[in-house]
Amino acid sequence: MLALGATSAIAQATLRLFADRHAAFFLVGRNPQKLAAVRDDLLTRGASAVTSLVADLDDTAAHPDMLAQAVAALGGLDIAFLAHGVLGDQPEAETSYPAAEAILHTNFLSPVSLVTWLANYFEAEHRGTIAVISSVAGDRGRKSNYVYGASKGGLNIFLDGVRNRIDRAGVNVLTIKPGFVATPMTAHLPRGPLFAQPAQVAKSIIRAIDKRKDVIYAPPFWAVIMLVVRSIPRRIFKKMNM
Amino acid sequence: MGKSGGKTDPAIQFESWGRYPKFRADVVPLHWPADFPLKTPPRTRQLPVGLGRSYGDVCLLENGTLLETVGMDRLLHFDAETGMLRCEAGVSLGQILDFAVPRGFFLPVTPGTKYVTVGGAIANDIHGKNHHVAGTFGRHVLRFELVRSDGTRLVCSPIENPEWFAATIGGMGLTGLITSVELHLRPIVSRRIEYRGEKFHGLDEFFALSQAAASEYTVAWIDCVSTGRNFARGIFMQGDHSETPGPLTRSKEPKLTFPFDLPEFALNRFSMAAFNTLYFNKQLGKQKIGPIDYEPFFYPLDAVLHWNRMYGTQGLLQFQNVLPHESGREGMIEILKAITKSGLASFLAVIKFFGDVPSVGMMSFPRPGPMLALDFPIRREVSFDLVDRLAQITLDYGGRMYSAKDARMTPEQYQAFYPQWQEFARYVDPGFDSAFWQRVTGRRPLVG
Repeated sequence: MLALGATSAIAQATLRLFADRHAAFFLVGRNPQKLAAVRDDLLTRGASAVTSLVADLDDTAAHPDMLAQAVAALGGLDIAFLAHGVLGDQPEAETSYPAAEAILHTNFLSPVSLVTWLANYFEAEHRGTIAVISSVAGDRGRKSNYVYGASKGGLNIFLDGVRNRIDRAGVNVLTIKPGFVATPMTAHLPRGPLFAQPAQVAKSIIRAIDKRKDVIYAPPFWAVIMLVVRSIPRRIFKKMNM
Repeated sequence: MGKSGGKTDPAIQFESWGRYPKFRADVVPLHWPADFPLKTPPRTRQLPVGLGRSYGDVCLLENGTLLETVGMDRLLHFDAETGMLRCEAGVSLGQILDFAVPRGFFLPVTPGTKYVTVGGAIANDIHGKNHHVAGTFGRHVLRFELVRSDGTRLVCSPIENPEWFAATIGGMGLTGLITSVELHLRPIVSRRIEYRGEKFHGLDEFFALSQAAASEYTVAWIDCVSTGRNFARGIFMQGDHSETPGPLTRSKEPKLTFPFDLPEFALNRFSMAAFNTLYFNKQLGKQKIGPIDYEPFFYPLDAVLHWNRMYGTQGLLQFQNVLPHESGREGMIEILKAITKSGLASFLAVIKFFGDVPSVGMMSFPRPGPMLALDFPIRREVSFDLVDRLAQITLDYGGRMYSAKDARMTPEQYQAFYPQWQEFARYVDPGFDSAFWQRVTGRRPLVG
């Protein structure tokens, strides 16, 4: 299993469930100390092998080499799990294009680069799963985080298209839309009752990978919330504070 | 990849398992050992908090910064030959069991709930039903890393920084943040416990059963409500890990949650008397022998999440003390009489003999002799008066009370129970504090 952004809280919780199954991992993350701790955790919990690579996934030019290295280390891929992303600073992104561009680069362009390579790899293999963490924020633009939302919304459409293309080759493309999750990324937000633990989200993810789902909300109740959010008429929605 | 640490929730109302007292504090989740010291040093004092299962105010700090450790939950190494586990300090005992039981290992010491972190187990130097043979949790800790608020990182073990090792075990989180721990697990061949339950009437029968018991685990449930013929009746429970190879599966997650805060009137003299009679008669015969699963044996209350809601929003007072052998019988009778007379006791009362295995912690609670633990619903004035009185009796008989379960000790009582407190104070991190420590050092008045 290839895990990109392996030190994210949701990634760690999900990888632990795969470690229980004695999976072999290729981990990519930015921080060597954190990556080493995640590697130790997975090995202790039963991973059969863990290779890790320190890399900045914003560097799209390095993606092909990195992915080829993962294929070589694991002797072929079965699951590619993309879990990297940034929330960004919405107020800053409203006045600074470079700030907005940085969010779009990390959350949209970087996964586009990775999935482009992975889709071709898996298509030729006629098997495999590409699981990507997106967000409920990609379902509709809201003033509180529309740059982040746009990056995830764009990602959702891109993944829809890739799925449509390679499903026939037997490759599963899974779009994961978590709601609020208690992670370092959301540590500055007040923790309301809608917050889920990473372990809960991880259970939804492994189930969806096993069942070869297309799109999931995690936890599942977000499907209902987002159905409501999406169905509010625009002339009302534009006046709301969300 | 998110940003780590450093950012805070707005101040929130924080409560311990006893739900009394409650104080506002900032809560900063820590996810990695390197998140501490915080990138932006807080202007307030700090205190580590795990799963918040202590009862009083040892895990509280009014207007302070609580360092929430449960995000540091990685298992770093396990040696199946020796049973040595290295893990981060926010790992819970339940998570360790989920990992260890399928591999044929068990905790060396466990309290009555598995929802405590390893860091919390060390900070309160917790004990279990096997205290008389295994001592406290701290005895099975080989090494840990302690990080001070000035950034100093100390590896502590019986031979490395031994004075910090001793001060931190039972040090109530005040000596710094524990980031990672090495501890010894013990082998088992089955989830099952060979159980034996025996009814007793009165303390003398309890004392005799304790003397005669040969099991690794012993504890007794005691009725603190009934008087007269039924005074101090109870069930003496003992068990050993089964030596017959059996299931080593992972526990299922509890399905029951206590759904709401029970109103104050629901727990009263009559309902509690009924509960106690029901529980005593749950076991029909004088003796009950057979194998049972470890979950109901060690963690009967964990089956119902949020059981503390039974006491309503006003919460509960826990009382736990130990008396010396010499005055134990007389002192416990006086205490039990005071409790039954008040009619305030609930159903959850246990009594046990601590053994003479020395604790490694400077401030550890256990010492040889009989130990009693029970909780009271909070009824203004009466509950406080009762617990204050029990503290005084404990002091008169030369015993001591357990900091992790206390919300009422006065500075005079605490300092008599723990005369080494000034020696300990030298190890307290200057950036750390707790509501408990403020209270027992005379810097915070008792409320309520």
